[in-house]
Amino acid sequence: MITQKNQGPSVGLFVTCMVDLMRPSVGFAALRLLERAGAHVVVPANQTCCGQPAYNSGDFADARAIAQDVIAAFQDYDHVVAPSGSCAGMIRVHYPDLFKDDADWLARAEDLAGRTFELSQYLADHLDWSQPSADFPHTVAYHDSCASRRELGVVDQPRALLATLPGVELQEIADNETCCGFGGLFSVKFPDVSGAITDAKVQMIEDTGAEVLVGADLGCLTNMAGKLKRRGSKVRVFHLAEVLAGMTDGAAIGEGEA
Amino acid sequence: MSQKPYHDDPQCHDFQKGAKRALDDVGLQAQLARTLKDGFQKKRAKAKARLPEYDALRDRARDIKAHTLENLDAYLERFEAEVIKAGGQVHWARDGEHACDIILDICTSVGAKTVTKGKSMLTEEIGLNTHLMKHGVEPVETDLGEYIIQLRDEPPSHIIAPAFHISKEQVADTFREHHPHLNAARDLSEPTSLLTEARSELRAKFIAADVGITGANVLVAETGSALIVTNEGNGDLTQSLPPVHIAVSSIEKVVPTLDDADTILRLLARTATGQDMTVYTTFFTGTKRSGDRDGPDQFHLVLLDNGRSELLGGPLHDVLSCIRCGACINHCPIFSVVSGHAYGWVYPGPIGSVLTPHFVGVEEAHLLPNACTMCGRCEEVCPVHIPLPDLLRTWRGRAFDAGKPGGLQGLGLKIWAALAKRPALYRLALRPVVALMRALGKKRGAFKWFVGAEGWTRTRDLPTPQGGTFQDRYKGGER
Repeated sequence: MITQKNQGPSVGLFVTCMVDLMRPSVGFAALRLLERAGAHVVVPANQTCCGQPAYNSGDFADARAIAQDVIAAFQDYDHVVAPSGSCAGMIRVHYPDLFKDDADWLARAEDLAGRTFELSQYLADHLDWSQPSADFPHTVAYHDSCASRRELGVVDQPRALLATLPGVELQEIADNETCCGFGGLFSVKFPDVSGAITDAKVQMIEDTGAEVLVGADLGCLTNMAGKLKRRGSKVRVFHLAEVLAGMTDGAAIGEGEA
Repeated sequence: MSQKPYHDDPQCHDFQKGAKRALDDVGLQAQLARTLKDGFQKKRAKAKARLPEYDALRDRARDIKAHTLENLDAYLERFEAEVIKAGGQVHWARDGEHACDIILDICTSVGAKTVTKGKSMLTEEIGLNTHLMKHGVEPVETDLGEYIIQLRDEPPSHIIAPAFHISKEQVADTFREHHPHLNAARDLSEPTSLLTEARSELRAKFIAADVGITGANVLVAETGSALIVTNEGNGDLTQSLPPVHIAVSSIEKVVPTLDDADTILRLLARTATGQDMTVYTTFFTGTKRSGDRDGPDQFHLVLLDNGRSELLGGPLHDVLSCIRCGACINHCPIFSVVSGHAYGWVYPGPIGSVLTPHFVGVEEAHLLPNACTMCGRCEEVCPVHIPLPDLLRTWRGRAFDAGKPGGLQGLGLKIWAALAKRPALYRLALRPVVALMRALGKKRGAFKWFVGAEGWTRTRDLPTPQGGTFQDRYKGGER
């Protein structure tokens, strides 16, 4: 274990492929938040994706190979944090399933699973989150990703963190237990079905009257932002990490740059 | 195992096409929103909230099912012995064809012309009505929903509410068309008038029927009893009025004791319709005894396997715990926009997408386990804790091994996986893609169309990447 003197736990940041490619600011926001709350953060270069697209496509051999890379890349940190419930859920819940017939790798997968957390879960439950936060004088609708809610049981933490921002007014979405229709590759394999589910979801978001949609999974957010944009909606979409870190000055997801 | 799809009817066997048809049906969409989210989902949540021990009951039900499946042979033999003791017969049916033959033989042996039927998904599974009609026996569905869809010549769209996709106005139209002997000017605007009409039409059929055929929700090994739950009482009339009662059930429906059946019952209606109990819960055991006021002279229980025993002990074993409450269907985001017919076979929704590939083969049904966002709500609401997403993923693995879907999708996945395993190559390959997308899309912030992303952009915009990759920017010193 890498333990820095006079510092908090060492945290390996699992950036996630979506953040790496689509929205690096979420990664930098996560980095700042974790450091501000006392963690010593390292970003291993040897990471791409958690392997979920392969896993959920039934390609278990590739999923295992990718999981082995992740397990190796993150073996030396006290904790591993991902700004995504979906990727954290993959590591925590499904990596052990992938290796149930391989005792050595199962032990390593379970070890990593026990050390891995979704960002809001980690900030709220494991670090000192008492620093003053930036103002965010907006009405906010918070979207729970299915993986956060059901695989990780993370529901209260992101709301508690948002509530620390002066000015935030949280509006609950009428049905916050239903999927947004993303589902990873499902969204492109079944575009019409996915689009219909997303339509119903963003209608409920618009019905809250919120100015900003916040969530902790870039997959869901990219999906809903794309749908809101298609509908000509004014609702802006940010990742929870960006909002908490006060990094909402730039373009929201799907917004053009001036 | 592989067999022909059950229905001869024009149910669509291509999920994509069936889904599109449902999505384009404005009336159906309104019906779905009303009956699922505002109906079944809310009612279940309220019923659960009224019963503090609900979760404890779920654990108990799961354990009862697990124990029974571990000892299935013993409990089925006990059940058979008790049925015989009570004057009935058990017919072991290998598959659908075998079961149909057994049932037709019984009907023929008593010279049956018409049979009344209680609602039974198993008889849908084996295609019983088609078989009976082909051999001159008229099946009459007596459950209101089943009666409606029989008139309309449609398959059920839901396992517990077979006609839930049909509005009351459509039902009125159907009744006017099929009941031409009634006054054309009658008022059919209220559900009660529809119910009254169906009841009076069915009354004579109940009395004239030579044989009554029902399903069975639970079989009780210690007593040889079967039980059915209904809200209309049609099951009781079907099984007690005709001289011959045939109950069709499948091997996984057995539980050891009456107490165990009670546990299942306490969960079943609450989870399915949000009722504490259904209006009628009927236990039937054997034939009419001397001194009984009513009951059948012959009682036959057709015990169907149809591939279920092949699932025992395998990766899909847990699906045999299903009590057919329909909660996974009611809470599925996909079902909630495509309804039941899109699934193309008898059982829709998450439970159907686990069962159907087993019945018709994964090559035929590979789209079904993939038509799922893995949101996990089905498992969350399942009263016996069936890990439906894991079972669906098991099928995805089998579909993948069988080369499905293959084509461009399969190739894309292979290329992606090859890159994901090689971080340096991955960055080299994706860096220019991100740069190009940013250059083209930064002004608007999202694409209305992008090459290779047509699936995505068909129904939503594709947000533009923010610029650079995190790894490149981090390596460049940005914090």
